[in-house]
Amino acid sequence: MGWIGETVDSIKSIKIRQLLTQAITLGMIVTSALIIWKTLMCVTGTESPVVVVLSESMEPGFQRGDVLFLHMTKEPIRAGEIVVFNVDGRDIPIVHRAIKVHERQNTGHVDVLTKGDNNDVDDIGLYADGQFWLHRQHIMGRAIGFLPYVGWMTIIMSEKPIVKYILIGALGLLVITSKD
Amino acid sequence: MHSFGYRANALLTFAITILAFICAIASFSDNFSNQTPSAQIQILNINWFQKQPHGNDEVSLTLNITADLQSLFTWNTKQVFAFVAAEYKTSKNSLNQVSLWDAIIPEKEQAKFWIQISNKYRFIDQGHNLRGKDFNLTLHWHVMPKTGKMFADKIVMSGYRLPNAYR
Repeated sequence: MGWIGETVDSIKSIKIRQLLTQAITLGMIVTSALIIWKTLMCVTGTESPVVVVLSESMEPGFQRGDVLFLHMTKEPIRAGEIVVFNVDGRDIPIVHRAIKVHERQNTGHVDVLTKGDNNDVDDIGLYADGQFWLHRQHIMGRAIGFLPYVGWMTIIMSEKPIVKYILIGALGLLVITSKD
Repeated sequence: MHSFGYRANALLTFAITILAFICAIASFSDNFSNQTPSAQIQILNINWFQKQPHGNDEVSLTLNITADLQSLFTWNTKQVFAFVAAEYKTSKNSLNQVSLWDAIIPEKEQAKFWIQISNKYRFIDQGHNLRGKDFNLTLHWHVMPKTGKMFADKIVMSGYRLPNAYR
């Protein structure tokens, strides 16, 4: 009876060591991705250094699925800049261009009106009720760079969440079955 | 080490790295282009100049815009977004920028143009400070690349003045 216990024990110990190693490797990958993301947030000064273009309101310059790199500095907002902003009460950021800027003397407080290049009207309809201007606190960043098509994965994953689950399931399977 | 999975993985990683590198170089090459844009704007007519019911001044102008932005186009340019903004100062605001007209220029051939239009967007002040106001008309352009960093610059044209009385 002793050798059964021995065999079971030896099998258990191998599996645990392997499992732990794989779990730690996975954890390392996830945390290094997180470190890179947080560093990007510090360097660019905005909470979301990279956004994916979701609507066609900036065509033909920015198409759905393009990725924009954002940067936020203390420099004042000026007309023509492409800004990414959040309206109170909505959590999807909008990427449009500033067409009117009024900056107060002394305080530097600024009123901004935006419009999508491909839209016929300005964004007053998108702002909250009774709001006619955007202020600095609404603006998350200015777009400074751009990569085409890279964002399609994010769009597919958010519009068809089943793809997300399939991907994570496949990744999990790969990790478990890989021999090293 | 020689299974299909490993090879596909290595190939994919390499391809993506090279692609990112090419995009970065393409964007970097934009720094070396020699840019000599030119523009002229004339105000042909002040169509009307009124004070709105809630106290803000509004003016409607007809502009004649001539520009040659062909030198801004590089091989990495997707489009150039050009707009004309009226810029002026008031006692309440240190800077006001009001966009009067904009256009998307998708190709180099269309970047040399002459256009006569009235302002596309309403020229409304925050207040009633526009009578007799001196202002600049600035042609701004934003170059949107096929990949990489976006550039922007402007030409400031000064010496414009609104009439002293409403009409």
